[in-house]
Amino acid sequence: MTTLLDALVAFLIVLGGAFALIGSWGLARLPSLMTRLHGPTKATTLGVGGILLASMAWFPLHSQEWSSHELLITLFLFLSAPISANMIAKSYIHRRFRRYSAPEDVETELPAPPGEGTDWATFGSSKFDDTRTGRS
Amino acid sequence: MIDIALKIALACVALAMLLNLWSLLKGPTAPDRILALDTMVINAIAFIMLFGIFADTTVFFEAALLMAMVGFVSTVAYTKFLLRGDIVE
Repeated sequence: MTTLLDALVAFLIVLGGAFALIGSWGLARLPSLMTRLHGPTKATTLGVGGILLASMAWFPLHSQEWSSHELLITLFLFLSAPISANMIAKSYIHRRFRRYSAPEDVETELPAPPGEGTDWATFGSSKFDDTRTGRS
Repeated sequence: MIDIALKIALACVALAMLLNLWSLLKGPTAPDRILALDTMVINAIAFIMLFGIFADTTVFFEAALLMAMVGFVSTVAYTKFLLRGDIVE
């Protein structure tokens, strides 16, 4: 029984390491940022998930102590990875299709946000100080 | 068996972090570098967890938890700065 669980833990560790490597390879290899986002957000997060699962199985098995830290790390990482990916994609889009002080290589206008009479919050004015950003 | 698995996985994660470093240096735009740094933090968390299993101690979990939180906050702060030119408005 212990050997079986050991094999499971070893399998999870190798799987996690392989997924982390695949995600980083995708990040280094893929051509543009929108495709490059897929590697870290999916493969690397899965890899860390596998390693955390292995750790969650290994410590109760060998030292008879259980801690909630792995669960906390897993929860936090799986909550934060989509948000940071969304923020990076948004910053990429809003810099690529820039409305103010456009660089030379911009050829397309930023797509309109959904809803009537709304605008992207990125280009909205700050509530406290309009002069600082130079936008109105 | 676990020793061999740990060594393989540690080598994989170390190679992954080297690839992250390469894409961090390569760029070419600021969001690319932020993405590379974010991935590097996630890989560092994986490395810390693996080293914790390797050294048979649970003291590294706090470090991993702190890195998860600080990495997320720094990524959001960088992208917010790129989007708005300001972090706390």
